[in-house]
Amino acid sequence: MSRLGKVKILEKLNELTPILLLYLAVLNEFDFNYLNLPYFSFNFPFILVFYWSLKKPENLGYGLIFFAGLINDVVVGFPIGISSFSYLFICGFAAYLRNITLRPSILKDWLFFLFTVMVVSSLNYSIVVLFFDLNIGYLDIIINIFFTFFLYIIFANLFEIYQKLTTRSATND
Amino acid sequence: MEASRDDFVIAIRSAFIQRGNKQRFSLFFLIITSILLLVLGKFNFSAVKFLKVSINEIVYRSSFIVSVPENYIKNSYINIKDHFSYYEEYLELKKQNKKFKSDIQKNDFIILENQRLKKIIDDYLVVSSEIVAKVLIDKQSPFLRSIIINKGSKDNIKLGMAVLDDEYLVGKVIEVNYTTSRVLLLSDLNSKIPVSIEPEGYQSILSGSGKDDGEIQYSKEETKLNVGDIVYTSGSGALFKSGIPIGKIKNNTNVNFFSDFTQLKFVKVLNYEKESN
Repeated sequence: MSRLGKVKILEKLNELTPILLLYLAVLNEFDFNYLNLPYFSFNFPFILVFYWSLKKPENLGYGLIFFAGLINDVVVGFPIGISSFSYLFICGFAAYLRNITLRPSILKDWLFFLFTVMVVSSLNYSIVVLFFDLNIGYLDIIINIFFTFFLYIIFANLFEIYQKLTTRSATND
Repeated sequence: MEASRDDFVIAIRSAFIQRGNKQRFSLFFLIITSILLLVLGKFNFSAVKFLKVSINEIVYRSSFIVSVPENYIKNSYINIKDHFSYYEEYLELKKQNKKFKSDIQKNDFIILENQRLKKIIDDYLVVSSEIVAKVLIDKQSPFLRSIIINKGSKDNIKLGMAVLDDEYLVGKVIEVNYTTSRVLLLSDLNSKIPVSIEPEGYQSILSGSGKDDGEIQYSKEETKLNVGDIVYTSGSGALFKSGIPIGKIKNNTNVNFFSDFTQLKFVKVLNYEKESN
């Protein structure tokens, strides 16, 4: 394969990775629940949407995020529109952080992510409980928020490494 | 002070209202669309229902395919775990088998007597339709516990039908699409089933705990539950027929289900009606 062809494939892969991961995550409910670890659960789409909206928003179209949210609602059984609402709000918070940040720092992103997840989860579950009269375990939500926040730093580093690797391969080729 | 408020407003406006680089829609437009879908969904607007059913049909099948690698890992993990406990389980089952053999003979007589008595009071229900369905998706989210089965309105599945794993109740149908349906498991927080607790015959409501077990609710204060008491459907409210086994009292008001909801592969979807003479 020509050098130019290889570079183009790597660039395309880099571009498509976040959206492919998001759709795999919502269709597959990637959450390790089958391990039956007591209380363990986290929201991978929240981490993914926040990170990529913050770092490379052009790789994650809002329309596609909206549709991924609709799919997530159908798979999980939530009222239709609730996940799209949450994901788009996360995009908004990430865009706001990007607008006000002069010198990016992963620690600041991490803390802002905690604030975002808390606000979005509160909105999300207030709507589900007050508007749709569904029962939800509050302890589960708190633990889910904690693990989502805790795992953000790990996934953010993994995404960073992945981006460096694909960019370097494209440049070397 | 004024300047910092202006900066905040500009940053918010730029984040939510302006269309970003390479973005086809603005966030504000899509958030409003989501809210609109939520509101219309709440009032069962037919267009939203149609949208949901269409997405359901496509997504359930795609999700089943996408889940194949994860399911393979999950099943391998369960197989390995089971392998280590085979011998202990074998000894336990051998002991149980001996006891069950003697129980069956006693039960045969009781069952026949019970059928005769129920016919006298016109409360004898028979299975009018039994549909075996395959579990397509069994994602046990910490918030909602449900499964998707591969039978829908095309196969005469109706809302409220009982879903059994062998002889044990696992839930009821809460959403019917053309080729698929959603079953709300008994462990879900939103599941409420009228039950009878034997041998005392206490009547109560079994609610899911959101975990792997259930909880007895709304029983009288003097109700004394013992570990090992069996929970059956009571048949009240004409939801299900009475006497379908559900689980055992674990401690206080907690119920351990007979069926393991994480291991469901095939289930029976049943409809009951009075026996015609």
